[in-house]
Amino acid sequence: MTSIPILSVDNLSVEFRTRNGIVTALEDVSLHVEKGEVLGIVGESGSGKSVTAYTVMGLLDSAGYASNGNASYDGIPLTGADESTLRELRGREISMIFQNPRAALNPIRTVGKQIEDVLVLHAQATRTTAKTKAIEMLNMVKIVNPEQRYTNYPFELSGGMCQRVMIAIALACNPRLLIADEPTTGLDVTTQKATMDLVQELTRANKMSAVLITHDLGMAAAYCDRIVVMKKGRIVEEALVEDLFKRPKHPYTKKLIAASPGPNSTLAELTAISEEMETKNMVPVAPNFVETAGEIKGHRYLLEVIDLVKEFPQRNENTSILSWFNKNDEEESAFRAVDGISFTLKRGESLGLVGESGCGKSTTSSIITRLLDATSGDVIFDGENITTYPTDRFALLPQRAKIQMVFQDPTDSLNPRHRAFDTIAEPLKRLKKMRSEKEISVQVNELSAMVGLPVHLLARFPHQLSGGQKARVGIARAIAVDPLLLILDEPTSALDVSVQAVVLQLLDRLKRELGMSYIFVSHDLNVVRLLCENVIVMNKGKIIETGTADDVLRRPQEAYTQELVAAIPHLTFI
Amino acid sequence: MTEFFKHLKYVLLDNPITLIAGIMFLVIVVVAVMGSAIAPYDPLASNAALTLKAPSWQHWFGTDQLGRDVFSRVLVATRLDLVIAVSAVAISFIVGSFFGSLAGFFGGWWDLIVGRMADTIMAFPLFVLAMGIVAALGNTVENIVYATAIINLPFYARVARTEVNIRRNAGFVSAARLSGNSEIRILITQIFPNILPPMMVQISLNMGWAILNAAGLSFIGLGVRPPDAEWGIMVAEGTNFIVSGEWWLALFPGAALMLSVFCFNLMGDGLRDLVDPQQRT
Repeated sequence: MTSIPILSVDNLSVEFRTRNGIVTALEDVSLHVEKGEVLGIVGESGSGKSVTAYTVMGLLDSAGYASNGNASYDGIPLTGADESTLRELRGREISMIFQNPRAALNPIRTVGKQIEDVLVLHAQATRTTAKTKAIEMLNMVKIVNPEQRYTNYPFELSGGMCQRVMIAIALACNPRLLIADEPTTGLDVTTQKATMDLVQELTRANKMSAVLITHDLGMAAAYCDRIVVMKKGRIVEEALVEDLFKRPKHPYTKKLIAASPGPNSTLAELTAISEEMETKNMVPVAPNFVETAGEIKGHRYLLEVIDLVKEFPQRNENTSILSWFNKNDEEESAFRAVDGISFTLKRGESLGLVGESGCGKSTTSSIITRLLDATSGDVIFDGENITTYPTDRFALLPQRAKIQMVFQDPTDSLNPRHRAFDTIAEPLKRLKKMRSEKEISVQVNELSAMVGLPVHLLARFPHQLSGGQKARVGIARAIAVDPLLLILDEPTSALDVSVQAVVLQLLDRLKRELGMSYIFVSHDLNVVRLLCENVIVMNKGKIIETGTADDVLRRPQEAYTQELVAAIPHLTFI
Repeated sequence: MTEFFKHLKYVLLDNPITLIAGIMFLVIVVVAVMGSAIAPYDPLASNAALTLKAPSWQHWFGTDQLGRDVFSRVLVATRLDLVIAVSAVAISFIVGSFFGSLAGFFGGWWDLIVGRMADTIMAFPLFVLAMGIVAALGNTVENIVYATAIINLPFYARVARTEVNIRRNAGFVSAARLSGNSEIRILITQIFPNILPPMMVQISLNMGWAILNAAGLSFIGLGVRPPDAEWGIMVAEGTNFIVSGEWWLALFPGAALMLSVFCFNLMGDGLRDLVDPQQRT
């Protein structure tokens, strides 16, 4: 390391002024990026990885400030530099790709204009040459038909294309350092792979250095040269990528690696090294719960889905004032979100529903939970065709209690004005018609013990709980009324890997103890495999492939499934 | 309850502007309740010997053309103005959020009808509409309340509609459906409490506006009639004397009006913080 690192951060500490006094977000962080190197910063939410990037870019929120140490870019100090120096560096020398591409693009300017803005601002082009250069950039990030896309607004592009535009903006002025802050969260695995391959290719071609901030160890392993592991504002380990995964030194790194599900890991392995989770408060399930679920016999299948179709009305592409007068045209074009799918589910079985966004998996699960009416087709649940009831009547029927759901986003699915206790008590009051306060509180306490939620947290509002705790509240609410079928709609996608591991184990234990059937909706095959025996792969509303989880993951038959499996970033070093 | 007061204390101390507004609000409420008890003179008693006297130690705000004590009249008027404003705002809040919530939750025809009704009311110059309503219904204080309530309805309906609409498809609403709640019950117990914070800001801003509106109507001679003490009327009566140099007749009731409107406008953010559980950490 004789050359000067392009970015160096020495003993940096960052503090934030909040209503509860000063909070230290970074403590004594030192790192450097060599020329042409890709550095990965890995850690869970709240570990300070984004704060590090924001401090370097001088984009810290006004309540935050560097209390100690400094950061410098190629010898130029960044901390304490005045705004005009930073503005010169940003975009031209250092640029950044943000987490949510759609939010980072200006919604009312065409993407071409937004690329031009950067070029003109940093004097890389004049107004006359900007357009050709912008189209060149779009071409470089492999956007098909760049001349046409140049005039598109961000809402007309898919998430993956928006991220490509962001990359084009970031690379427009040939910066020497690119900071990517979780560049692929919210993108599908295949899009993620395409985006990251593109970033890698472009940084290599332009001999740029890059910092990749991610919570996904698999991605860090695939695209970084060297990795820094952060925890609670401190760097706990720094190593070359191969050393880190082969010989992790710090217990936290070991825990993170163990918690990331790979193609061969088992549920028990995920938390082999976990120590600080709340697992010890869990109690075995009360006998009355097991009874109700296990003894019902009768129909062979718990759930039969027959030729299910869901159509959404779609607006015509070339809507004009004329279509006001001949409305018939519009009604004809309908978008088929679910296109004639059939499958069965046995009692106690769990089924994974896998596919990329827009494949119809969430629509299917909403129809099965009767939150949405099907266009045609039948859902036979426990020997009864439940599609005959309209959705708003179904909420009041006794069958409602039999099908419950755990939602994707634990924050969004809890009423911000209800305490955890009220949230869990809600189905008990409405569906089990429990009236006595005492009875309800006994049940809620029992349920929270089952999901490992400490009793003192029951008095809290959702915003006072962590992501994992909110997920537990959501699970407790769903199992409160002893459902036969539990639909899990990406229950762990918003959680950190170590929390995900614990929640998956919890779900597995509840399934065994309560004898429930699961439909597990997810885009992550590795996670699905841990919990489900059988898997259905969906694409564009149709079933592409079915089979046992292992078969589908290891020996995918269809091209689409193969592509999906190949796109999952693996910890290749283990 | 103790938790509520702890939170109230935090909200007041966190933001000095909220604290000032809170203190002013407290003073206004105390004066409104105790007005006639703390007033030094009878607000209606005229005294021919003491007409149009400038402010002095006996009469802090001076006396008017009939020799009545302006200070006492300003104090006593607080109750009437506040009652008009509070009841008008309460009516428009209840009716407006009822229709707005239905429009936002069910959409379709509800939305269309409620939306166009709101547009229709908003299409009139609001003060002229209020004048028309009072003139048509009869010149009483009650009708001032109704007129003020009607012209404020669209604001509440629109805020409620939007706030309900963005929460209609939230995860917790689906979760409530799974818990066996009927649609109406979801609207009342799950969504409505969540729209209170933005509604509070609306109420507070609207309150100041309603006071101005009521005073404005009586200024032009509608609603409250002399000799009742009311800020708008007092300003109206006082304007005749400004040219001849008796400025205190209009200035003091005008200042009272201004301060109370100012207070309600400042209070909005504080009220929102008070009802928002996110602030309670």
